[in-house]
Amino acid sequence: MKSLEELKKIREEAKKNLELRETGKNVRVVVGMATCGISAGARPVLQAFIDEVSKRNLTNVQVVQTGCIGMCANEPIVEVTAPDQEKVTYIHMDVDKVKRVVAQHLVQGMAVKEYTIGHAE
Amino acid sequence: MAIYRSHVLVCGGTGCHSSKSDEIKRKFEEKIKEMNLDNEVQVISTGCFGLCEEGPIVVIYPEGAFYSRMQINRVDRIVEEHLYKGRIVKEFLYEESIEADQIIPLSDVDFYKKQKRVALKYCGVIDPENINEYIANDGYMALGKVLTEMTPDQVIDVIKDSGLRGRGGGGFPTGLKWSFAAPNEADQKYIICNADEGDPGAFMDRSVLEGDPHCILEAMAIAGYAIGATKGFVYVRAEYPIAVQRLQIAINQAKTMGLIGKNIFETGFDFEVEIRLGAGAFVCGEETALMASIEGQRGMSRNKPPFPAVSGLFGKPTIINNVETLANIPQIILNGADWFRSFGTEKSPGTKVFALGGKINNTGLVEIPMGTSLREVIYDIGGGCPNGKAFKAVQTGGPSGGCITADYIDTPIDFDTLTELGSMMGSGGMIVMDEDNCMVDIARFFLEFTVEESCGKCTPCREGTKRMLEILERIAEGKGTLEDLDKLEKLGNNIKNTSLCGLGQTAPNPVSSTLKYFRDEYEAHVIDKRCPAGVCQSLLNYYIIDTCRGCTKCARQCPVKCIDGKVKELHVIDQDKCIKCGACMEACPFDAIIKK
Amino acid sequence: MQKVFDIKENKQKFDELLAYIESQDKSQGVLMQTLHKAQELFGYLPIEVQKFVSEKTKIPMAEIYGVATFYTQFSLEPKGKHTVGVCMGTACYVKNAQLVLDKLAKELNVAVGATTEDGLFTLEATRCLGCCGLAPVIMVDDTVYGKVDPKDVPEIVANYKK
Repeated sequence: MKSLEELKKIREEAKKNLELRETGKNVRVVVGMATCGISAGARPVLQAFIDEVSKRNLTNVQVVQTGCIGMCANEPIVEVTAPDQEKVTYIHMDVDKVKRVVAQHLVQGMAVKEYTIGHAE
Repeated sequence: MAIYRSHVLVCGGTGCHSSKSDEIKRKFEEKIKEMNLDNEVQVISTGCFGLCEEGPIVVIYPEGAFYSRMQINRVDRIVEEHLYKGRIVKEFLYEESIEADQIIPLSDVDFYKKQKRVALKYCGVIDPENINEYIANDGYMALGKVLTEMTPDQVIDVIKDSGLRGRGGGGFPTGLKWSFAAPNEADQKYIICNADEGDPGAFMDRSVLEGDPHCILEAMAIAGYAIGATKGFVYVRAEYPIAVQRLQIAINQAKTMGLIGKNIFETGFDFEVEIRLGAGAFVCGEETALMASIEGQRGMSRNKPPFPAVSGLFGKPTIINNVETLANIPQIILNGADWFRSFGTEKSPGTKVFALGGKINNTGLVEIPMGTSLREVIYDIGGGCPNGKAFKAVQTGGPSGGCITADYIDTPIDFDTLTELGSMMGSGGMIVMDEDNCMVDIARFFLEFTVEESCGKCTPCREGTKRMLEILERIAEGKGTLEDLDKLEKLGNNIKNTSLCGLGQTAPNPVSSTLKYFRDEYEAHVIDKRCPAGVCQSLLNYYIIDTCRGCTKCARQCPVKCIDGKVKELHVIDQDKCIKCGACMEACPFDAIIKK
Repeated sequence: MQKVFDIKENKQKFDELLAYIESQDKSQGVLMQTLHKAQELFGYLPIEVQKFVSEKTKIPMAEIYGVATFYTQFSLEPKGKHTVGVCMGTACYVKNAQLVLDKLAKELNVAVGATTEDGLFTLEATRCLGCCGLAPVIMVDDTVYGKVDPKDVPEIVANYKK
């Protein structure tokens, strides 16, 4: 890194990338992949999202991992952000639920309310 | 090609098919023909909607009305009302499709409402393995600011002004610590990140390392600049493989981009970071023991002074900061000391991360402003105890802390209030206990922990904790006396006053705080030979209650044949013969055996 | 179970360990990571391996033995094929991890800290694994099982008996 200016340039580019993700009509699926998430089964959930999304050829969906969201009791936790929509937080996810979230939420744009926080058991 | 004004899509996926969607389709076709709509409405069988749980599914376009859990007898009404009169039959619609706007955003959930995230700001937000996401969120800007616009003294002053106190347990002011190391002349100084999170029940450091590893690297470099150190070590528990892996990825990325390494931002400042693994020793969370471990020795603490800031790792001036402390640093540099002081209390500014665990509904990590009351944490955020059990106490500070009872639940949490209550902040583990937990047993549990983890260097800790444990075991077995309780208090005070390091000095806390708040429970064990919570094995008796069906399973399992009863008759346990092994309780298929 | 440590049979591992030792900067306190590396290679730290480390690093044997016995993660005995660790952190403890540990000891017919006769399992009570939200927790090799009921134990163990 040569200078602060260079860092700022990288930051602006990285920001643009993030924004592009949002304004480019793109959907982002974020899976909590800290130790508690993984031990609660986040890995197969992440894999299922990747499989389902590629199976349905959803090129506008990006599946990424993140660290601990903090609500271990509700792991595995998945957040879906889509342009012009409130972020939706799914809890206690499993492979079967992923299929439904992909079909109903990612494809048809209708969140699966009973899996979301505040509604799921 | 015929154009239809309306399309009825009936799901023909496997799930819906198995719930007779084909019959529904046929019924639609019949009814539509009967109403003479077959030139206007088309019935189509489609692929799976993916909502099999709500099947069979029927969707009618152009309205896109989503009918779920369809039944044959609903078809007539839908055709008459919807297709003929154009009125959607709302009561048959999929509930969520009319209420889709009611989905609750995460920030409105009780769990998050009262939180303020500083140290955990980007945990669970960014991809920890992608440095660009950190940079997009102002990552490494604080380091840039420090290196190009501030002198080392100015950096220390900002941290001092912020009032940040060490989050690892002691609560020592971070800025002051840095100022001790800065003026010392040496050819080499070190920054150590203490990630040896040994306190059982606390896992915020692991979460930060796993979720936002770059902020630790950035903070270490800032600290290095402030005191004149060019080398940093992160000492991590080997029990955290994912944290280690993500941290290594972060180090590699930062090195590649030149954000750590030689001549950062062309300011002439060098900073290298290396990971060192622990090997399972709780005492290595103590500064001097930690340094001994990095040097390749047994993790034993030593006398202070000399303080690490004067003579630390390899005899060089060293600053050791905990993970959560460091996670606050970039935010303070970017937003200023006043911003940080706007949260928390006068003497404990900022926020603190707590790991909520034990008998609580919402287990997890919470970051709250200092001064938030225990009640808010346990009830508003944590959702109280599960199964309607009564809250009994909360244990903070792990093996060095103590228990706080329901009487003090409105206490605002900060470093000083918790110490006054005989507990301590510790690293932020918060274990909630309900009426089913025995306080004598909990005290014994922690003593067992310290006995095992004592490094053995100084006598009060090595021998004293062992004697305390023996007394507690005696009490738990119903063989204790009232003098034992006084002995515990006295011995505890001696250990506190004469131990070498923090481990020994705080080891009696779990005992003294439970003795203080739950003396009646100790007395029940000693005088009545009874464990009120029903935990201490030797003080319990097994009983068979009237849900017994007389299946004889327990009698066959009993190793001393003390259970009597005929087939299909209520069985009884001979209390004199019973050895309390619990085999009968395990064998009973009707939960008819209880211990009391 | 391997009772005698065969130096010849392990030559390749010794070579790898030597290469590791030589790659390290000796001024920076190398013993801990060297022992970690050795345990990774051999599965445990037999006296022969400790002697080897002593020779190559010029660190006295007494010091190496001291370190190897001080830290609970270093083992001087060979371990079973699978390691079953029951988390005994506070959060797990208050949620009855002890009952899970007892059940495992009974199911595997082995004392806590020991290895089964067939060399298949080593049962351990471990320190907090940091999965307090899922208490009580057990870890078999690298897999964590959360919210374990003593009744689940036979099924979990059976998976590893095959």
